[in-house]
Amino acid sequence: MQRIGVFVCWCGSNIAATVDVDAVVEAVKNEPGVCFAKNYQYMCSEAGQALIKDAIKEHNLTGIVVCSCSPRMHEATFRKTAEQAGLNPYMVEIANIREHCSWIHKDMKEATEKAVILARAAIAKVNLNAPLQAGESAVTKRALVIGGGIAGLQSAIDIADAGYPVDIVEKSPTIGGKMAQLDKTFPTLDCAACILTPKMVEAAQHPNITLYTYSEVEEVKGFVGNFNVKIKKKARFVDSTKCTGCAVCTAKCPSRKGGNEFNCNLDTRGAVYIPFAQAVPNVATIDTERCIHFKTGKCGICQKVCSAGAIDFEQKDEFIEEKYGAIVVATGFEILDVTKFDEFQYTKHPDVVTSLELERIMNAAGPTKGTLLRMSNKEHPHDIVFIQCVGSRGNTCRDKTYCSKICCMYTAKHAMLIREKYPDVNVHVFYIDVRTPGKNFDEFYRRAVEQYNVDYIKGMVGKVWEKENGRLAVQGVDLISNRRIMLETDMVVLAAAIQPSKGVRNIATMLTASIDTNDFLTEAHPKLRPVESPTAGVFLSGVCQGPKDIPETVSQAGAAAVKVVGLLAKDKLVTNPCTATPNELMCNGCSSCARVCPYGAIDYVEKEVNDHGKREVRRLATVNSALCQGCGACTVACPSGAMDLKGFSNRQIMAEVDAICR
Amino acid sequence: MSENIIRISGINPRQCMKCGKCSATCPAFDEMDVHPHQFASMVVEGRVDELLASETLWKCLSCFACVERCPRSVEPAKLIEAVRDCVIRQKGGSYLSPDDIPEKLDSELPQQALMAAFRKYRK
Ligand SMILES: Cc1cc2nc3c(=O)[nH]c(=O)nc-3n(C[C@H](O)[C@H](O)[C@H](O)COP(=O)(O)OP(=O)(O)OC[C@H]3O[C@@H](n4cnc5c(N)ncnc54)[C@H](O)[C@@H]3O)c2cc1C
Ligand code: SF4
Ligand code: SF4
Ligand code: SF4
Ligand code: SF4
Repeated sequence: MQRIGVFVCWCGSNIAATVDVDAVVEAVKNEPGVCFAKNYQYMCSEAGQALIKDAIKEHNLTGIVVCSCSPRMHEATFRKTAEQAGLNPYMVEIANIREHCSWIHKDMKEATEKAVILARAAIAKVNLNAPLQAGESAVTKRALVIGGGIAGLQSAIDIADAGYPVDIVEKSPTIGGKMAQLDKTFPTLDCAACILTPKMVEAAQHPNITLYTYSEVEEVKGFVGNFNVKIKKKARFVDSTKCTGCAVCTAKCPSRKGGNEFNCNLDTRGAVYIPFAQAVPNVATIDTERCIHFKTGKCGICQKVCSAGAIDFEQKDEFIEEKYGAIVVATGFEILDVTKFDEFQYTKHPDVVTSLELERIMNAAGPTKGTLLRMSNKEHPHDIVFIQCVGSRGNTCRDKTYCSKICCMYTAKHAMLIREKYPDVNVHVFYIDVRTPGKNFDEFYRRAVEQYNVDYIKGMVGKVWEKENGRLAVQGVDLISNRRIMLETDMVVLAAAIQPSKGVRNIATMLTASIDTNDFLTEAHPKLRPVESPTAGVFLSGVCQGPKDIPETVSQAGAAAVKVVGLLAKDKLVTNPCTATPNELMCNGCSSCARVCPYGAIDYVEKEVNDHGKREVRRLATVNSALCQGCGACTVACPSGAMDLKGFSNRQIMAEVDAICR
Repeated sequence: MSENIIRISGINPRQCMKCGKCSATCPAFDEMDVHPHQFASMVVEGRVDELLASETLWKCLSCFACVERCPRSVEPAKLIEAVRDCVIRQKGGSYLSPDDIPEKLDSELPQQALMAAFRKYRK
C-alpha cells in the first residue's frame, strides 16, 4: 500500500476563488492510501516546496499528488522537489484543478466537485505508480535547416559560427528566398541584393555549412538529438562540379516560352536556367517539363554549346542520409493567389499587378530593367493606385483572417520609391488602417504622406475596370469625407496577403510538428518559447511561424540558432522513462503496433517463450526504448492488450477512469 | 431596437472593420443619405431611428454587391433589409399579394426585384 500525500494549491486566487480548497482537502483525506493532505497559497513557491518535502520525510510518503496548474507548467518543479526529499520523481502526479476547473467554471460548487474528482483520479493512479529511472541518449552534433531564405541562412550561419556543422536543404535551385526578389528594403531603403548576397556567399563558403539546393527532405525518423533524415537531391541534369555558371546554355536554349518564376512570370526563361545572376550555387538547372530533349529526344543544344561539358541528361536523383541533433524549419511564405478577387481585374489586365510583381518591375534585373513601365504597352505610367489588405483580415472563404503585417510598410516603400524616381507620377493608396509599429516605421510612413505627397485614402476599392482608352477606372470610397472616389489610373498594385509555403504541411507531418488553422507552425509557448516547436528538437525561424519582416526574421533566426546551439552543446539528453513494453506472453506478433508507431521504435524478433509450460518460438514485438517517445499509440493499437506504457499502464488509466466514475 | 435588427438580419454588425468595401462597391451610393458602411456602425450605436427614416432603405437595389464583397461577412444589404422590414411592418402589410404576381410576371424581370416589390411597390 502506498503512503500518499495530497497538496492542494490556491494559486493565489486563481484556484482558491473558484475552488473550495478546504473542501478538497477534506474530501481526499479518506481516499485509499492518503495519509496526509494540506492546502497552501503557492505550492510552487520555496515555502510550498518545503512543505511538500517536510511532509514526505515526516510521513514517510511513497507518492504525492499536487492539485495545481497544468503539468506543462510545474510538473518538472514538483518532480525535482520530490527527488530532493528522496522520492522517485515518477511517484508524483498532478491534478490540474486550474486550467481544468477554476479557469473554466464559474460556479464554486461545480468547480469544487470536479476538483475533488480529478484529485481522486490522480490518487488512484499514484496507488499503482512504480519508481522509474530516466535513461540517457547521445546528441548528434549536427543541425539541419529546412529552407534557404534569409531566415534559414541566418540560423545556419549562427549555428555554424558556434562551431557546429549545419546542412541547409533548399527546394529551389538557389538559396536566398523571397528577399532575393525584392528591390529595396524598408525602413532604410538599402538594396535587398546588396545586403542578402553577402549572407548567401557567407553560407556557401562557411566551412561548417553544406548546401543542398534543388533538394527536399524525403523522410525524417528518430527524435531530439538523434534525427535520421533522408534528403533527395533532385537531378539538375547539369554537373555542378563542372558548370562554371557562364550562362551560355541559358541564352541558347530554344525553349523559352515558359514563365520566369524569379520575375513572377512577367517574362520568360529558357528550359535550362540560372534563376538570377547572383544565384548560389551559380549552376544551371534543366527544367524537364519544358526541355525539348526530355520531351522529344531532340535538341541537346545546351550540351553542344557548353564548353565545360557540364550538361548530363543521364543524371539521376541522389539520396543522402544524415543524422542530426536538431532541425530548424525556415520554409517561409508565398503570395496568396489573388485570382479569386475578380473585382480588381488581376487576371484580365496586365497593368494590375501584385506588390511582389512590382518589386521585380522596379528592379534593375527585372523584366523592365528597373524602369517603371505598364506591362500592357511598356509605356510610362502617370497614375498608380495601391490597394492594401487584399486577402488579409477577412473572414470569408477568399480571405485570410490575419493581418499580413508587412504590406503597410512595403506599400509606403513602393509609394516613396516611385515618387522619388518619378515625381510626375501620382500615387494613391487605399487603406483600411495603416499599421506601422516598429522602430522608425511610423516615421517612414509619415514621410510618404508629408514629404512625398502620397495620397492616402481611408477606404477600399470596390471595383476596377478597363476604360476604352486602355487605362483603368477605379471606383472606391473615402470614408473620412464619406464620399465616392472615381479615379483613372495606369496601374493598380495589390498588396496581396502572404501565406505559408505549400510544402509546409508535409514537412510538419514528417517532423510531427504542429501547425495552426492557417498552416503557420505552432510555437511551444506563444510568449515564453516562441522559436521552439512543441516537438522536442524542432525549431522555428522566419515567416513559416507567422508574418514578419526581415529585421524580425533575422532576430528570430538568431534566437532559433541559440536554442539549437544550447541543445547541441549537451553531451547527453535525459530520456523519458515512460516508454512502451510488450508482454511477451500476450503478444501475437501481428505488427499492429509497428504500423502506428510514428517514431519507428518497434521491431520484431523470433524468440522462444515459455507459455505455461509450453515452449515455442514466436514472433514478438520489441521496443527500442531510446526511440520510443511514450506517445502510447501502440498500446491502443494492440488487439491483444500486450503493449503497455510505463507510467501510463492500462491498469493505471482504468483506475483513473474508475475513480472518476465512482 | 438594435437587437431587433440584429435578430431579423442574422448579422453581427460588430464584425465590421470599417473598410468601406461595401460603399466602394454599391451602385446606389450617390443616391443614399446613409451609406452601406455607416449602416453597420449605426446599428451598433443604436441609431436605428435615423435608419428607419433614412432614404437609403428605398434607394438600395438589393443587388447584393455588398454582400458578395464584404470581407467580414457583415453583408450590409441584410441589415438594410431588416430595417426596411421594420418600417414596412410598422405601416402594416405588403403592397403586393401573391395572387397578383402571375399577371405581372415578365421574363426580363429579375426575381430579386419581384421579392423586393412585395415590400416596396406602391401604386
Ligand atoms: C512584396 C514584398 C515586399 C517586401 N519588402 C520588405 C522590405 O522592404 N523590408 C523587409 O524587412 N521585409 C520585406 N518583405 C518581407 C520579407 O520578404 C520576409 O520577411 C522574408 O523574406 C522572410 O524570409 P524567410 O526566410 O522566412 O522566407 P522566404 O524568403 O520565403 O524563404 C523560404 C525559403 O524556403 C524554401 N522552402 C520552402 N519550402 C521548402 C521545403 N519544403 N523544403 C525546402 N525548402 C523550402 C523556399 O524556396 C525559400 O527559399 C517583403 C515581402 C513582400 C512579399
Ligand atoms: S551548364 Fe555549361 S553552359 Fe550552362 S552555365 Fe553551366 S557551364 Fe555554362
Ligand atoms: S509508445 Fe509505442 S507508438 Fe509511441 S513511440 Fe513508443 S513504441 Fe512508438
Ligand atoms: S445591396 Fe443595396 S447597399 Fe448593397 S450594394 Fe446593392 S444597392 Fe448598395
Ligand atoms: S464591407 Fe463589410 S466590413 Fe467593410 S465597411 Fe462594409 S460592412 Fe464593414
